[in-house]
Amino acid sequence: MYEFNGIVIFFILGLLMPIGALIGAYILAPTKSSPQKYLTYECGLDTRGETWVQFKICYFLYALVFLVFDVETIFLYPWAVTFQQLGTFAFVEMFIFIAILIIGFVYAWKEGALEWF
Amino acid sequence: MGALQNLFVNLALFFRESMVNIGFSQLGIEATMDLVAGIGVLAVIAISALVLIYVERKVAGFIQVRLGPNRVGPKGTCQTVADALKLVGKEDIIPDRVDKVPFMIAPILFFAPAVLAFAIIPFGENMIPIDMNIGIFYFIAVCSLSTIPIIMAGWSSNNKYSLLGAMRSLAQSLSYEIPLVFSILGVVMITGSLQMSDIVAAQSDMWFIVTQPIAFLIYLIAGAAETNRPPFDLPEGESELVAGYMTEYSGMRWALFFLAEYAHLFIVSAMATTLFLGGWHGPILPSYIWFLLKTGFMIFILIWVRWTFPRIRIDQLLSLGWKFLLPLSLLNILITGVVLYII
Amino acid sequence: MKEVVDQGIKTQEIEVNFGPHHPSTHGVFRMVLTLDGENVRKVNPHVGYLHRGIEKLAEKRTYAQCVPFTDRLDYICSMTNNLAYVQTVEQLLDLEVPTRAEYIRVIVSELQRIINHCVFWATFGNDLGSQTALMYGFRDREMILDVFEELTGSRMTYSYMRIGGVAKDISDEQLKEIERIVDYMLDEALPEYHNLITGNEIFQARTKDIGILKPETAIDYGVTGPNLRASGVEYDVRKDQSYGIYDKFDFDVPTRDKGDTYSRYIVRLEEIEQSCLIIKQALNMIPEGKVQVKRVPKRPPDGSTYSSIESPKGELGFYLVSDGSKRPYRFRVRPPTFIHLMALEEMMIGEKVADAIVILGSIDIVLGEVDR
Repeated sequence: MYEFNGIVIFFILGLLMPIGALIGAYILAPTKSSPQKYLTYECGLDTRGETWVQFKICYFLYALVFLVFDVETIFLYPWAVTFQQLGTFAFVEMFIFIAILIIGFVYAWKEGALEWF
Repeated sequence: MGALQNLFVNLALFFRESMVNIGFSQLGIEATMDLVAGIGVLAVIAISALVLIYVERKVAGFIQVRLGPNRVGPKGTCQTVADALKLVGKEDIIPDRVDKVPFMIAPILFFAPAVLAFAIIPFGENMIPIDMNIGIFYFIAVCSLSTIPIIMAGWSSNNKYSLLGAMRSLAQSLSYEIPLVFSILGVVMITGSLQMSDIVAAQSDMWFIVTQPIAFLIYLIAGAAETNRPPFDLPEGESELVAGYMTEYSGMRWALFFLAEYAHLFIVSAMATTLFLGGWHGPILPSYIWFLLKTGFMIFILIWVRWTFPRIRIDQLLSLGWKFLLPLSLLNILITGVVLYII
Repeated sequence: MKEVVDQGIKTQEIEVNFGPHHPSTHGVFRMVLTLDGENVRKVNPHVGYLHRGIEKLAEKRTYAQCVPFTDRLDYICSMTNNLAYVQTVEQLLDLEVPTRAEYIRVIVSELQRIINHCVFWATFGNDLGSQTALMYGFRDREMILDVFEELTGSRMTYSYMRIGGVAKDISDEQLKEIERIVDYMLDEALPEYHNLITGNEIFQARTKDIGILKPETAIDYGVTGPNLRASGVEYDVRKDQSYGIYDKFDFDVPTRDKGDTYSRYIVRLEEIEQSCLIIKQALNMIPEGKVQVKRVPKRPPDGSTYSSIESPKGELGFYLVSDGSKRPYRFRVRPPTFIHLMALEEMMIGEKVADAIVILGSIDIVLGEVDR
């Protein structure tokens, strides 16, 4: 289990370095306040209308298909690791599994889930 | 040469032995070793970013029939240092309308996964900071983490370009993660292990680029897309979205995004080396030199692509990922499976 | 699926300013895009950020003093602006220009066309995210600028054309250098352009069938130049209302039928080729002689006139009204790109944000001319 300690240490270091850099910049960088500085950048003009709106995410259906495949990868990796030891049964079974997914994928494709609109 | 061959490994052993002699507990030793490795990785990130930015600008210069940086230091080698110093001295502007907390922590969170990903890279023979038995899984998980800070940065900026950039980044990550994962799956099927050291060891006779050429190409394309490298730099999309999700950032916070992007570039190239180009295997030279050479070559290819290709459009990007790379990677798994089964 | 989303889920549109301070609006053009997600729903172009009142200022200058103003209209191609203006004044004065001057005018204005299309190619590549194109285009422009610098003493604002001729004779060495450049453009630069950008698969996917401008619409809006020819209308002022000595040259007018951004792009690259051929013919035919008429009348007679040339961007016309004094009573420019901008909406609606930038790049605008 020691390896997971290592990850924690790496994560802490990964947080400390940017924080350290920011502190360094905080000490060294000048601060000169001016109202214009704190405006939102929009090509030199004031923004019009809201930014935080119900944004149209055109790839919403892609995201649903993505979920399916993301779960599939979790099944596939253990299979891939032990693939060479398991023999014919696992081989055939996994290909049936993939085949079902491919059929689903083709169906989604045909229904236009993979079209941008 | 023999001393050089195992320089870092011997150093580590020396540390470990001296700690045993002092009488540290097992946990203490491991933690200290990890700390040393982590600091080493931070040094690698900082140095590689300094070098890579210079190399990128120089290569871009030569590709674009100009000289690139050539004023600061010999041949302009100190240019990046000067830029870094300039960035430290820049004011950190946080606009009024932003959502302050996510805005401030997004660059930090963007940087941390880059450090995490370095943990499993085999820099040389026995030179993996943490040799996990689920290495590949860990790599995939950590790599996709970087999308969340981008969304945080883009949404909290309260800027329309940032919002568009962040949304694009999400779309990109959605469509390229699957081909990336599936392309690595072929390698895993051959080695039968998720551990990086096993994967490198399995390539001592033959590199996986020979047995898995399709997977290599898919990995390269998907890797470039995951790291937002051109031609997949839509989240930044300089000519469209000004700077995409980074539009409102300035000074050191911006520099962190920039630094982490180069760290990601290094990671993707290093993983390509590890998975397909035989890792640190190579004659005569020390293993870590071989690793750096191969990684450097991969980075050069990515830089070369960046300065040659126009940017792809978002719907074409998704189509390429879903309608071309995904079926191709499934096919690759199928072929690999059948061939392995017959053998 | 599309219908379900259209009916069931409501999304809000956002209004985004593109410009005046934006990397790829080619100066200080501003368009307010109403976006639904990535799709463009409304386009609202705003001009006037570079307005300097050139047309009004010109009314307080003598005819000869107005030439430098025209430099500052379309600052990428000052030569053709000069030419269009002096040609109009000459028409007003009923003045004959020496033959050698006519040839020099053809040579420099065709070189100017090459410059403009190089810059177009370069910035178009940049709009598409290929920054390398920018450098290559500007590299080739630089050579011609060197020739112009030697000839006129300036790199952008030449004021080379004078009423009744040109400012300075061109030397044989300069003609040789021009010949070398033309050969270079034909043999090396153009194949390189096609290699780097035209053949690129991403480029083709990004430009084909994007921003289609139908020929009828184009004519209705008064679109001219390469943009019109890309829509399949073969109209070129050099051929159809031949001015100067253009009837002596043998050249094609490249056209395309589709009217998409790719057509607009490829038409311009083919025009570089044709311009090179025209220059080659002119270099062979150029006679010796004077380049400037002895005496130019200062006060044109009462009346008004319009004359236009095929500038690299389209039909550039000047309308001058004279009241018999030294100064023009009215000085009016017909800028091609201002009119092209009006057709922007037709091309952009329904495309993506990224395409909007490409379409704007493909119509090749210069704000100096739009705002005047």
